Amino acid sequence: MMEIFEPYFALVNQENLWELLIMVLQVVGVISPLLVCVAYLTWAERKVIASMQLRKGPTHVGWAGLGQPIADAVKLLFKENAIPANASKVVYMIAPMMVMIPAVIAWAVIPFDEGLVVADVNLGVMYLLATSALGVYGVLMAGWSSNSKYPFLGAVRTGAQMVSYEVSMGLTVLSVILMAGSMNLTEIVKAQETVWFMIPAFPMFIVFIISILAETNRAPFDLPEAEAELVAGYFTEYSSSSFALFFLGEYANMILMSAITVVLFMGGWLPPMDIAPFNWIPGFIWFFIKVAFILFIFLWSRATFPRFRYDQLMRLGWKVFLPFTLFWLVLTAGAMHVFDLV
Amino acid sequence: MLEEYFPVLIFLIIGTGISLLFTAIPFIVAERKPDSEKLSPYECGFEAFDTARKRFDVRFYLVAILFIIFDLEVAFLFPWAMAFGDIGLFGFWSMMVFLLVLTVGFIYEWKKGALEWE
Amino acid sequence: MIADILFFMFASILLAGSLGVVLSKNPMYSVLFLVLSFFNAAGLFLLIGAEFLGLLLMMVYVGAIAVMFLFVLMTVDMTQQDDDGKRSPLFVTLVLVTGGVLLFEIIISILAGVASNTRLSEFVATQSDVQNIVQLGQVLFTNYVYPFIAVSMILLVGMVGAIVLTHRKREGALKQDISEQIGRTREESIEIVTPSLGKGIS
Repeated sequence: MMEIFEPYFALVNQENLWELLIMVLQVVGVISPLLVCVAYLTWAERKVIASMQLRKGPTHVGWAGLGQPIADAVKLLFKENAIPANASKVVYMIAPMMVMIPAVIAWAVIPFDEGLVVADVNLGVMYLLATSALGVYGVLMAGWSSNSKYPFLGAVRTGAQMVSYEVSMGLTVLSVILMAGSMNLTEIVKAQETVWFMIPAFPMFIVFIISILAETNRAPFDLPEAEAELVAGYFTEYSSSSFALFFLGEYANMILMSAITVVLFMGGWLPPMDIAPFNWIPGFIWFFIKVAFILFIFLWSRATFPRFRYDQLMRLGWKVFLPFTLFWLVLTAGAMHVFDLV
Repeated sequence: MLEEYFPVLIFLIIGTGISLLFTAIPFIVAERKPDSEKLSPYECGFEAFDTARKRFDVRFYLVAILFIIFDLEVAFLFPWAMAFGDIGLFGFWSMMVFLLVLTVGFIYEWKKGALEWE
Repeated sequence: MIADILFFMFASILLAGSLGVVLSKNPMYSVLFLVLSFFNAAGLFLLIGAEFLGLLLMMVYVGAIAVMFLFVLMTVDMTQQDDDGKRSPLFVTLVLVTGGVLLFEIIISILAGVASNTRLSEFVATQSDVQNIVQLGQVLFTNYVYPFIAVSMILLVGMVGAIVLTHRKREGALKQDISEQIGRTREESIEIVTPSLGKGIS
């Protein structure tokens, strides 16, 4: 009997453990800066929107309010995690995790610099679309398990919204794949050495930015959280750390979507021009700057645009973006045949 | 293949671990004083008079079906885009026929008003 | 070797998940167990090197079809369940026959697997340098173009069917016509009048 398991015991040797440890360190090395970025994105959001509205934003905790995110986190963690009386308890507790986990695991394939990627998979783009499709579960599970009216309505609305914009996201990404001829994210970035894809596919870049706003439920598409009609949408009943997880998940998703935009359209770690002052700066700094720029667009649009109405949102997704992205895809493919770029 | 996707598994484990930890902390450190008002579903000022899991608008179901169809279309487009250089003009036109058929369906639903929300 | 361990992990969770689908009283839990099963099936696909199929399973089944199931459960009234435990004999025979056939197929394939004496690690999708998504694309749009076009017809039927079954015109609902809103001109919407004293406007 024992000899069947013999090879498995042999697996646990020092060499394998060492490799595993390095891999775990890599993963932690991606996740922990991510969590710090998420915390300070909330701070940046309050500061940016405050200055757009001639306010000051957080100032009390630490210098320029820099301690605010940490104070918020500690406060949330020490609150009571109330579970509504007639909720489905297990699903209720799992739902916020289902928002957080996809936002974390998607980072496995994002290249921060040439060769600086944890899992360099061939089908990186599909992996990203598959993980972002998982986010809708957290929302639907939260809305259903709370067994309360506002979360329920909010969840169904949010689900339909995320699903609608996933189609146009997929089609937008396809025109990038056509131009790059690969689904590996590192190769997509390398294909942009001559020109960033946001220039030949500028309309797709715009569609993608709007789609990621809708996909992450950010203003002006924050209908799920439309305070005036749905209280807080699908997480009305949540408190304490479960609420914090929804929050973290949403912001981690924002950073993730910005990173995807940068990789697909803005040349990832590549400098804007390959000339002297630009290429002195290392690639991952460029990556970081570009992600920060897209995140600024997120915050900017929140401070600027009024909220969409639900019928307008659906109209934009299905009647404008879907036909337009499809048309653009056919156009790209046709142009590649005509100009012999295949 | 396995070497490429193995880090994803570690990501999954660590991500789940962090989320579990987060969820667990308040149960350990925070005071728990549940009462019936706190645990009742949220309503604007009155008692909840009905269960929340009721029939919902069937149009959301229609959205889900249409999403499946277009998601499948995207799924077919992925190998097409990847093999674009190898399949030549014939492959190009076969996809165009495919898209044309689906466009007919799309025009049908547009004309039927299935995309209208009011 | 690690592949073996992962295989047993994915396979056992897959089986447990499928049992959960069948045994859950609440249809919502069934769907969530189904998602778990899909997830692990995708893991199995990745394990044999079929990465495109694995990710497709995640994208289409987990990302779209199971979401539709959830929507369906949310759109039907789950408060009234009139299940009295009685089943018509026809239903029972149908279930037994289908289940029996499936069980038979599983036993046959297990026996065949044991007889051929191959290890799991030998079942690998591709050994070539070309990614399997490209290989698939190369044949699907050229050699198998007719089945491919037939797929588009099936999708068309699905689309039309869904609309015919669920779409209802609503009376009295307000709609927004953006081109009409923008197309309004000053001339057709306002009129400037100079009312004379004490008479008002009629």
